[in-house]
Amino acid sequence: MGAVRLPGFAPLMLAVVVGAIGVLIVAPLAVVFIVAFSKGVPAYVAALKDPDAQAAIGLTLLVASISVPLNAVFGLAAAWSIAKFEFPGRRVLLAIIDLPFSMSPVVSGLVWVLLFGAQGWFGPFLADHDIKIIFDTSGIVLATITVTLPFVARELIPLMQDQGSDEEAAAVTLGAGGFTVFRKVTLPNVKWALLYGVLLCNARAMGEFGAVSVVSGKVSGLSNTLPLHIEALYNDFDFVGAFSAASLLAGLGLVTLVIKTVLEWRYSGELSAGRRR
Amino acid sequence: MSSPLADDADITDDAGALQIRGISKSFGRYPALHDVSFAAAEREFIALLGPSGSGKTTLLRVLAGLETPDAGEVRFGGEDFLAIPARRRRAGMVFQHYALFRHMTVEANIAFGLKVRPGKDRPASAEIKRRVADLLSLVQLEGLGKRYPAQLSGGQRQRVALARALAIEPRLLLLDEPFGALDAQVRRDLRRWLREVHDRAGVTTVFVTHDQEEALDLADRVAILKDGELIQLGTPQQLYDDPKNAFVYDFLGPACQLPGVVDAGRLRIADWETAAPADAPSGEVDVYFRPDEVEFTPADGAGLAAQVRGALTRGAELRIDCLVEGRTLELHARAASAPAGVAVGMGVRFAPTRFKLYPRGSE
Repeated sequence: MGAVRLPGFAPLMLAVVVGAIGVLIVAPLAVVFIVAFSKGVPAYVAALKDPDAQAAIGLTLLVASISVPLNAVFGLAAAWSIAKFEFPGRRVLLAIIDLPFSMSPVVSGLVWVLLFGAQGWFGPFLADHDIKIIFDTSGIVLATITVTLPFVARELIPLMQDQGSDEEAAAVTLGAGGFTVFRKVTLPNVKWALLYGVLLCNARAMGEFGAVSVVSGKVSGLSNTLPLHIEALYNDFDFVGAFSAASLLAGLGLVTLVIKTVLEWRYSGELSAGRRR
Repeated sequence: MSSPLADDADITDDAGALQIRGISKSFGRYPALHDVSFAAAEREFIALLGPSGSGKTTLLRVLAGLETPDAGEVRFGGEDFLAIPARRRRAGMVFQHYALFRHMTVEANIAFGLKVRPGKDRPASAEIKRRVADLLSLVQLEGLGKRYPAQLSGGQRQRVALARALAIEPRLLLLDEPFGALDAQVRRDLRRWLREVHDRAGVTTVFVTHDQEEALDLADRVAILKDGELIQLGTPQQLYDDPKNAFVYDFLGPACQLPGVVDAGRLRIADWETAAPADAPSGEVDVYFRPDEVEFTPADGAGLAAQVRGALTRGAELRIDCLVEGRTLELHARAASAPAGVAVGMGVRFAPTRFKLYPRGSE
């Protein structure tokens, strides 16, 4: 778009936007770091070295390292089949993938409790076979996957639809087999969008609170992820501890933002098709 | 519909001979191809010509193995072609929008078909390099091997697509509107060049286009399709001399049409009469003639009476809009043979020197 003359009230609108961003986003973010370091660096380091904090960090990394790759695989498969093929129910599938975006995360957690909780449908069966899902890491992983399900697929689908399947068809006529076509043509064409989706998915997976809080037993040092750990410390009036842990998540958010911006700037044409126009 | 295979009887199981019999294909309730049959000899250059929606691209994709027909048979070099999966057909295809691999360089695009071969059939990398260099020079793109498709012009991309298809030493070359996205001058240059490449490579080629000039210029024989059916197949000369019906006549070039009546060996159009050809249908007919196949006669002589509505000079040619029998026809005359002092409102007479008659309202 060319330079458009701003109307007279534009400075006022701009002031409102900048003010809102300042008060609602920048100031709270600054507060996180100010409180985290309010008793000095040693207290900050000590709060993060606390065994419960270490356990929460470890659990969060573990959950993300399981759920993000699974979601990347799911997202690729879903986007590939939805974007490149016509089949009955395609539109329904496309709509359902978005459901976690429009549904409260608490519900995403609750459905697993209803299924696998002690009073749930499969509760007695699981108890008989000594399998623990709810109040266990596997429950947290399940809830996280549910909540972050659309992230990768949503990045890939518009791009793959825009690219069509002519290149794949060309590769086949040139003698390439199905897997070669996927590895040498389909995947390289979406690699930056895939990375972008994985990044967003990871940030959400590590920061998820609602769904995880329903399925986690919230045992400090055992089944608390970072967001749950922060809540526990805050409820115990341990502000330095809470905000030190929160600074990690805030830092993750900032790093994600930087990489995301670099990707958008450098590979805008190879990210989502819609974003380009 | 009568079989267009009459002159194909001698096309047999030669290595590069293609036989298509009774191919039908529907997409849902939409029939794309209906009982299409024809044959192409080894090294022949066939154009599939038709308006959009005529099924020509679907037929090409059937040959490539990208679509499976509902019925029919395709034999190539005596083999059942439909039983061979697309990747093993060695049918080099050039797509309408080229479908170059956007993340690969020109060289990598051309080498793709060789590099994906299984180990024992894959040429050594030095050999692949040499073949890519040869192909780059064949398509006149030396020095552009390291570029990416986005850095090339439309004509250059088209040539990369052709080089990529030729790299696999195809047994059959399939081209889907390869010049569709290019401007007129580039199209004409590439057309001549493509024919040269075909003659040198000696590959049976099927070429899809909606541009009749392109088809008639390039192909050994042209197959005209409409609504999924093969209407006529013949050499450009055969088609031009004897279009099977009004659709083919119309499609092959600018056409003028007037109503006439054939009776007792005479053709009458308005107040003008001439001998009807021996094979003319009798009764009410549509008379078709080309705008440049007319002869102007003196205003008091024999011929169709017309009133000049406008005139335009194009080089050595004069284009005259005439009102004849309530229709406006654009007639072409060489400036030298045009009636003297053509002016709007003037009365002239003309007679078609060559014409075709089709039963009224038929297609």
